[in-house]
Amino acid sequence: MIRQTRRFVLAGALALTALPASAQNVSLLNVSYDPTRELYVEINAAFAKEWQAKTGQNVRIRQSHGGSGRQARAVIDGLDADVVTLALAYDIDALHLNGKLIPADWQSRLPNNASPYTSTIVFLVRKGNPKAIRDWNDLVKPDVGVVTPNPKTSGGARWNYLAAWAYALKQPGGDDAKARDFVRALFKNVKVLDSGARGALTSFTERGIGDVFLSWENEAFLALKELGADKFEIVVPSLSILAEPPVSVVDRVVDKRGTRAVAEAYLQFLYTKEGQEIAAKHFYRPRDPEVAAKHAETFKKVNLITIDDVFGGWTKAQATHFNDGGVFDQIYAK
Amino acid sequence: MAAAHASPRVLPGFGLTLGFTIGYLSLIVLIPLAAVFLKTATLSAEQFWAQISAPRAVASYRLTFGASLLAAGINAVFGLVLAWALVRYSFPGKKLVDALVDLPFALPTAVAGISLAAIYAKNGWLGQYLEPFGIQVAFTPLGVLVALVFIGLPFVVRTVQPVLEDLDTEYEEAAASLGASRWQTVTRVVLPAVFPALVTGFALAFARAVGEYGSVIFIAGNLPLVSEITPLIIITKLEQYDYAGATAIASVMLVVSFALLLVINLLQAWAAKAGRREG
Repeated sequence: MIRQTRRFVLAGALALTALPASAQNVSLLNVSYDPTRELYVEINAAFAKEWQAKTGQNVRIRQSHGGSGRQARAVIDGLDADVVTLALAYDIDALHLNGKLIPADWQSRLPNNASPYTSTIVFLVRKGNPKAIRDWNDLVKPDVGVVTPNPKTSGGARWNYLAAWAYALKQPGGDDAKARDFVRALFKNVKVLDSGARGALTSFTERGIGDVFLSWENEAFLALKELGADKFEIVVPSLSILAEPPVSVVDRVVDKRGTRAVAEAYLQFLYTKEGQEIAAKHFYRPRDPEVAAKHAETFKKVNLITIDDVFGGWTKAQATHFNDGGVFDQIYAK
Repeated sequence: MAAAHASPRVLPGFGLTLGFTIGYLSLIVLIPLAAVFLKTATLSAEQFWAQISAPRAVASYRLTFGASLLAAGINAVFGLVLAWALVRYSFPGKKLVDALVDLPFALPTAVAGISLAAIYAKNGWLGQYLEPFGIQVAFTPLGVLVALVFIGLPFVVRTVQPVLEDLDTEYEEAAASLGASRWQTVTRVVLPAVFPALVTGFALAFARAVGEYGSVIFIAGNLPLVSEITPLIIITKLEQYDYAGATAIASVMLVVSFALLLVINLLQAWAAKAGRREG
């Protein structure tokens, strides 16, 4: 009986035959974050058409969406992403720091900090704005309930936090200590810290939590579109932060798969008039001045600060504010 | 029933099955767990201690292990009642109720969390009636408990049910004919017989609750020091690309869970032995 069993244990070798990539067909994997799904469905179709006309090649672009940080980790752990289009530069920096998948200067390889479209942080309030929320300082009033995802787990929420910090800092007589007090008071009004932006939006819209939801502008527009402009309205604060969701090819992957040319063209396409139009249609602020002028009606003028000016870049902001023991932890410590 | 302690063993194939057991366990359980400890070992002792003793981490252990034990306890009591009703009585729709018990197994946990949050939020079906009494379930530690009770329900029912089915009503009748009161029958005859299975169900429900993330995260509120569960602490560490910190917390969870499960298993073995002696 044992001899029989041994026979079963004979290991079979599995030969993997790599099929040579057909010259007529090429595929890309775009690893992105959650709210860009619809944007990239449209971008992909438009780019595929253009690429076909230009080179005769069929390009199929697959999309993967999830929390920005989780997506970056998946790529670090071996997900073969040709391009990444994430919520914040910190997560793409991680591809360089944890695995050297891309060079350190990735953000200077494309125009505008490698961010073809931008957004900003606005307030979503209930119809009629019953708590009369006009600006950041209304959020720290004792009877106002604020909804934001957790900055520790959500890239988007880090922009929220930094925008609030920048507002307090830019007030007359503002300094780091005042900003810290302001942010502490603001988070005292936060009763639920969902792990991601969509979850927080649900808490605000469906569960009736809070009076104001801190949101990316594109998400706020989307919420109005999906849930009805008769239920919510958008309030644009006096000052906010320029949210730059950056993009990059993943050098290690495109060089291995031989897809560098098409991957780079794909990202370049985001900067074309057509790409910018599609971004604007999905409520991302276009970079192209002409396209931006066309949509000036939608995108209200805001006094925008940048993370580089006020916080010295993502790596520094992350270390100071969001890492363990950082300011965000301190404002919650007893 | 007596185990064969003397060698040579009566039953052939011991070496083969034990070898397979060890090999299989290594592949499926031990190697991944070893990776956790290996990654943790990149931290110095002080770093490790700082990670696992941070106030937020400690608060999360209290919530995760406390709520899990409590939820498993609640499930042990009510799961037993449920199993009893399903085994001992027949009623219309019994098959349906029986199938319902398994639903928490099959439901994606995120779905469970979202529905529970919707029901218990202050504008939800149940939440709106609890709100006037000042009882908030969704987005509080109580919400964590509710979610853990939900996902742990099938374990106790499904472990106790077959034992109750095997337990002939004749035993109860015999007890009654010997003059035992109904209460005595339950505590002296039925409970000792199902106790080992009950403990197993408790252990399974507890283990599941400790590791639960998907359903809890939607109903917990996730406030630092208040309603953060330990798996969320691990996720936040990963968001900072702090792999070693994440595995440090994970190793604490593993060690505590293993110790608790070991105690529960010993208790179960002891109960089984005591049960046999009495029976």
